[in-house]
Amino acid sequence: MWAMIVKEFRQVRRDRRTLAMMIVLPVLLLVVLGYAASFDVKSITVVASGPQARVAAANLASPFDVQRIASGQGRAWAQDQLRDGKAEMAVVTGGARPLVLIDGSQLFSARAALAALAGMQQRLAAHPSVIGAVVPQVAVVPQVMVLYNPGLTTSDIMIPGLCGVVLVFVGTIITSLGVVRERQSGTLEQLAVMPLRPRDVFLGKIVPYFLVAAVDLAIVLAVGIAIFGVPFRGSPAVFGLGALLFLFVTLGIGVLISSVSQNQGQAIQLAVMTLLPQVLLSGLIFPLTSIAAGVRWISYLLPLTYFNQISRGVMLRAEPIAALWQPFLFLALLGAVVVTGATLRFRRYLAPESRERGARKPAVQSQGAGA
Amino acid sequence: MTSPDATVAAAGRDGAGLPAWGGTQVCVAYGRTVALDGVTLSAPAGRVTAVVGGDGAGKSTLLRCLAGVLAPDSGTIRRPAKERTGYLPASSGIYPDLTVAENLDFRAKGYGMSRQDARERAAEYLDRAGLTPAAGRLAGQLSGGMRHKLAVIAAMLHQPELLVLDEPTTGVDPVSRSGLWWLITRAAAEGCAIVLATTYLGEAERCASVLVLDAGTALASGTPEEIVAAMPGSLRAAAVKPAGDAAARSWRRAGRWRIWDPGPGRPDPDDSAITPDLQDAVIIAAISRQQRAGGAA
Repeated sequence: MWAMIVKEFRQVRRDRRTLAMMIVLPVLLLVVLGYAASFDVKSITVVASGPQARVAAANLASPFDVQRIASGQGRAWAQDQLRDGKAEMAVVTGGARPLVLIDGSQLFSARAALAALAGMQQRLAAHPSVIGAVVPQVAVVPQVMVLYNPGLTTSDIMIPGLCGVVLVFVGTIITSLGVVRERQSGTLEQLAVMPLRPRDVFLGKIVPYFLVAAVDLAIVLAVGIAIFGVPFRGSPAVFGLGALLFLFVTLGIGVLISSVSQNQGQAIQLAVMTLLPQVLLSGLIFPLTSIAAGVRWISYLLPLTYFNQISRGVMLRAEPIAALWQPFLFLALLGAVVVTGATLRFRRYLAPESRERGARKPAVQSQGAGA
Repeated sequence: MTSPDATVAAAGRDGAGLPAWGGTQVCVAYGRTVALDGVTLSAPAGRVTAVVGGDGAGKSTLLRCLAGVLAPDSGTIRRPAKERTGYLPASSGIYPDLTVAENLDFRAKGYGMSRQDARERAAEYLDRAGLTPAAGRLAGQLSGGMRHKLAVIAAMLHQPELLVLDEPTTGVDPVSRSGLWWLITRAAAEGCAIVLATTYLGEAERCASVLVLDAGTALASGTPEEIVAAMPGSLRAAAVKPAGDAAARSWRRAGRWRIWDPGPGRPDPDDSAITPDLQDAVIIAAISRQQRAGGAA
């Protein structure tokens, strides 16, 4: 048995990646889960509109964080602010009773807002004279409406995000396996000598998985809508464009992973390592605003964060593309970086002339003959 | 990417005026390990050129340079454009999860062959290799010999001008090996320049010319006869292992001991002089190099 134990430890020591995963992953999980992520919403962004907007804003204490006061605007403006993700709650004054609109697609913020409002009303009931004396106009029970996800159902906000997870799964894991298989079976060297351009090989390798992922996405969407009754309120074209960009990024990550992996096992390890933080930190489970700032910057490096914003925005709130320019831009940037990196790595395998060694010294005397 | 032709130098000419592909003074280093140190090889059209040597001698590195997978650090490689070079990597380059026919189809399309051409040639080569009944089988399920044959016909399917085969016969049974050799010699007869690596000196003896590699340098090169003729000293056989410094110059073969003497042969009643073959010559070249290296140290 001793011989076996020694052998096993020797093998584990050689397999640096497994070792790293065994040591780094628990620590990472602990930090992310125990320290960074939480469901607690400490601040709810609010906009106020209507003639008494200023008064209403003055009445809202923590956790409400009033971002904008627009006395000249009405309900339509307030609702647009929610739709475009600029605020989680809006107070519209000017009617008989103030109207509070809450964005139900931000599940945890919405719940926190409802709880905070209920608390305010309790205090109002207990000490009507105190608050009523200060601001008599608002000392009435407001009318509260939850928009986009009135029942505050979890599936409504999870399915759009899960679409992204499915795309990550196919895009990153399956693609990295497909490319690394080429190396494992020793056929990459064969591809290198064939008269194919690296770009053709790259695209030829990616396009099939792209199509598979697109079909997968359609299936997940159809199931989500049919079984869980998830609404699809926005433009399918905007959603499609977002999914396209997102797939581009995830497929690129898949190729990158395969280019640094020697076999399928390593590829799966690495792919899981990229999948895990995306699921935990993208706002899919924990609201982005609840994630501690020290960890939140990682969220902004993850493509799923942006796809989540796009898919929830489009499906639940019918957010127009103009309001989503930020996630689109960041997805495009991430895509450009990842795909460039992946193509360069890929090219290294396929074109010996561009190897570092070859680049340092012109290796082959070219006499311009040949074909 | 640069066009494949950019790396191609003009073909040299051999005595018959046919183009000779190959490499001149090729040097390759992997980090600090020198894999090839100034190796020169000429591969004339219509001939089979063998590269022999032990494991780690640099055979695969030289072949990878010729095939265009690897760019040498210095030296010149003469090879045709990618479209007209064929390469069988040591790993065979066959997709195990595709059928025999699908493998050939992918290769044909990759080399830009027309559909008609691809079909006709695939049928012809499958027939030559005796693989027609196996066309629909998955390549991964073929026997070792059949898979080697498939790999070889896949490499020559587009009828390249230069065919580089990295150990096409290693680990193949004698019957399949003769089948493979038939495929190879037939391609050479059709005008293809073939460079192959082999660990079997018996196979190298059948080749038009041989390059013996050891630790990245050329020990000997030429026709098998030339290599044998260039052997220094003399060779004798003995029943028992010799004692003294001759032990380092002896090896066992066919049940007896062979002893190489750097100088002229010594008359010894128990020993008999032997005419060396290529295998002896290669071993002698390696021993003589070791001794020179030892003497220099």
